[in-house]
Amino acid sequence: MAQNGCEHSERVLTMDTMNPNVKRVEYAVRGPIVQRAVQIERELNMGIKKPFTEVIKANIGDCHAMGQKPITFFRQVLALCSYPDLLEDSKFPEDAKSRARRILQACGGGSLGAYSISQGIEMIRQDVARYIERRDGGITCDPDNIYLSTGASDGIVTMLKLLVSGEGVSRTGVMISIPQYPLYSAALADLGAVQISYYLDEDNCWSLDINELRRALQEAKKHCSPQALCIINPGNPTGQVQSRQCIEDVIRFAAAEKLFLMADEVYQDNVYAEGSKFHSFKKVLFEMGPEYSEKVELASFHSTSKCYMGECGFRGGYMEVINLDPEVKFQLTKLVSVRLCPPVPGQALLDVVVNPPQPDEPSYDTFIKERTDTLATLAEKASMTQEILNQVPGIKCNPVQGAMYTFPRIHLPQKAILEAKEKGQAPDMFYCMKLLEEKGICLVPGSGFGQRDGTYHFRMTILPPVEKLKIVLAKIKEFHQHFVEQYS
Amino acid sequence: MYRLQSLAARSLIAGALDQCSPLTLTSFTGVRHKSQGPPVEKYGQMRFITAEAKVATERLNGKMRERTLTMETLNPQVKAVEYAVRGPIVIKAGEIERYMEEGGTKPFSEVIKANIGDAHAMGQQPITFLRQVVALCTFPELMDSPSFPEDVKWRARRILEGCGGHSLGSYSASPGVECIRKDIAAYIEQRDGVPADWENIYLTTGASDGIMTVLRLLVSGKDSSRTGVMIPIPQYPLYSAAISEMDAVQVNYYLDEDNCWALDINELHRAFQAAKQHCQPRVICIINPGNPTGQVQSKKCIEEVLHFAYEENLFVMSDEVYQDNVYAPDCQFHSFKKVLYEMGPEYFNSVELASFHSTSKGYTGECGFRGGYMEVINMDPEVKAQLVKLLSVRLCPPLAGQAAMDVIVNPPQPDEHSFKQFHQALGMQPDMLYCLRLLEETGICVVPGSGFGQKDGTYHFRKVTLNMHMSHYVVFLSQINKTAQKTKNDSSY
Repeated sequence: MAQNGCEHSERVLTMDTMNPNVKRVEYAVRGPIVQRAVQIERELNMGIKKPFTEVIKANIGDCHAMGQKPITFFRQVLALCSYPDLLEDSKFPEDAKSRARRILQACGGGSLGAYSISQGIEMIRQDVARYIERRDGGITCDPDNIYLSTGASDGIVTMLKLLVSGEGVSRTGVMISIPQYPLYSAALADLGAVQISYYLDEDNCWSLDINELRRALQEAKKHCSPQALCIINPGNPTGQVQSRQCIEDVIRFAAAEKLFLMADEVYQDNVYAEGSKFHSFKKVLFEMGPEYSEKVELASFHSTSKCYMGECGFRGGYMEVINLDPEVKFQLTKLVSVRLCPPVPGQALLDVVVNPPQPDEPSYDTFIKERTDTLATLAEKASMTQEILNQVPGIKCNPVQGAMYTFPRIHLPQKAILEAKEKGQAPDMFYCMKLLEEKGICLVPGSGFGQRDGTYHFRMTILPPVEKLKIVLAKIKEFHQHFVEQYS
Repeated sequence: MYRLQSLAARSLIAGALDQCSPLTLTSFTGVRHKSQGPPVEKYGQMRFITAEAKVATERLNGKMRERTLTMETLNPQVKAVEYAVRGPIVIKAGEIERYMEEGGTKPFSEVIKANIGDAHAMGQQPITFLRQVVALCTFPELMDSPSFPEDVKWRARRILEGCGGHSLGSYSASPGVECIRKDIAAYIEQRDGVPADWENIYLTTGASDGIMTVLRLLVSGKDSSRTGVMIPIPQYPLYSAAISEMDAVQVNYYLDEDNCWALDINELHRAFQAAKQHCQPRVICIINPGNPTGQVQSKKCIEEVLHFAYEENLFVMSDEVYQDNVYAPDCQFHSFKKVLYEMGPEYFNSVELASFHSTSKGYTGECGFRGGYMEVINMDPEVKAQLVKLLSVRLCPPLAGQAAMDVIVNPPQPDEHSFKQFHQALGMQPDMLYCLRLLEETGICVVPGSGFGQKDGTYHFRKVTLNMHMSHYVVFLSQINKTAQKTKNDSSY
């Protein structure tokens, strides 16, 4: 080629030839503002002076990154599984050892390094099933309905993949809450499915309004074929914990409208507010009687990344599928087999999470203390965050009933909105970028999660340690007041 | 047809595919022929009957379940996916195992699952050093323990320093922990003698994850401009499965069985020309060393492929997960990147290449950790940003797998404490080598004695006493004998 003088400069893979669906994917939690934050951190490391000494990354629900400690027992069991020679080490308690031995026995060749079956190690699925039964007051759980996954995200994307079909007006539509955790919108964009947005009611603690569901559905039927309804409870980014009544209403709605229900319940242990309680969709479904429990198709998702474990890096998770067509279930099993199996350390971790120390076991006291302290600290931070932000004129924060975030509404002066638009930026992105550059605090603009037109929000995690969180909140207060003055 | 039939026979005995498959054309080509009738039903025959029966009963009881998600509404691309892994024969093997656990008798005492590339499941021991590092990362309290050598400790400390909150429980950056990416770049540089940029390295959840991600980027167009993906036949069925799922066009190029499964450039040309009629070929996938075929491509062959890709404007995907599994004395692994570099700047600065590696194979066999990486060369910077964005949606690959990958690229050095033990473990047990050779050359699968324990200095293998016909048994024994002779005469063992 060179001899002929031909210029071989045209790439195969360009913005024009690449998958157009991928171009439509957006994931704000790790989007441009976070990239800028990382850049600023590098600049700080190089000695460049800023009006702050560190970037506080309150953009992502990563507990350990913000200083939360892992649960000792879980890490002991995992270490024992990773390096079984430690089973001879007297410094490890017997309850950790017995669990490690049991897990290893269920692994191929007694090793975490063997592939497991695609659905996940059978013994672990049985343990998960028993955990679910205990949680839901004895309602039967079939281990064969449990699929272990690489974090909950993996299971969610897999189910969405199954659901997407049709073309044009018959293309699958999936109902998702606005605001939502942007995995959903990203997956729908990637799969070329139709996103059907239903708005949560900000004036009522971000609760779900059935009338709004109906409106969204009717509207959507004109241009797609609605197949599924996704709900995140406790909510991300909004932090609301849905009432039992609300969950019943959603189930009735799904039954009436023949929608596949997807219940993202990864924050089920993160419930803080007085009067709030986690009700699993499955439990409510079964308590509504066979008319619903034998009919409604449901997939519930859980993870080891949140709650009190915060083990994001292990990518542990599962989903429970209810009333799935047996042939479709077979297809599901086939589909997950393509990626072979979820990470076995994550599976092992999940097993200990559903099999924690019992009152008569040596590790119990420490375990309970660590779990209680972690959850209590989160509750304290949730309440503190809500209180302090609500003191700032122009910021309105709904109660952080659960999960790990606050999603306050910010009132932006018209001048700021105009300047943002001139820059081609969403106004809340404009706001958050300035906050980052001036105060070193990284949040995610509400536009990354979805919000009603003309409203602006940001999502902040409540995860920084208490003292640091106080500083963050104080800085946000300062910044907001200054911002409003500046753009008046 | 003949080729495929002999392949099929081979796979029945040797499990040449990564896991067993039904003996249909689909398993090898991933392309469904009309003559084969409807898909899947064959696969799930037992299940289908059960499912049908269940549905029939429900109808009898008047409980007509009108579901939302049925075979009619299911994603047709998912239906099209054929992944020979974990098919009916493995399901049957599981049933037999359960039957025997419950006290049932069979003409054998256990099922030996010699179908999957899973070393630990077959009794291979993990590398102590690697597991020590992972254990320390998992439970850093062990840093105070005298039973861990310093070389393990400093690696664990270094990995943890690269983690948020110094914990394996934090998400990492989506392309992976920075210091691990840098270590991988250094490893590649050392392996190839060619510079490697750490920002071109992406950690993945096993190599499969990276392969699927890159394929996803490449799939575009419609009808005759739809992306065509060139894959070898025989292939590891992840490729055909991914192509089905993404509704891309599979373009088969046949490896030359009569020439040690070599890649024949004429065959590449043929396949490419034929494909151009109905799709837009954009990418060529190569597995080297090969799965299921085990061939190690010559440098010349790799050059030809790269030149072909250069000429025809194809993105090259080189699956190199078996780069540390090269046994034949006259074979050598040549990385695609190195060969590309040696072809000069005209090639090295233009051919788009993604190379894949994994913790699952090699000498560590850490399948369950789901560790892997890809190195991406000459990718359009805007597309690269899209890649990073796409990776960010799944957040990050498992940290334990990233740590395992780091140890593989950062093994003990000669001046370090763990060096001796580490290299002893690498020198595979002789009986394992023997069994691998037996498998590769004769298709007979037996299990090395080292997996069961044996007196030091003695070697064994275990075969299953099946109800084998005498004539087959004679063939079996003569094959064993032949391999034994070859091994004895081969100084590399």
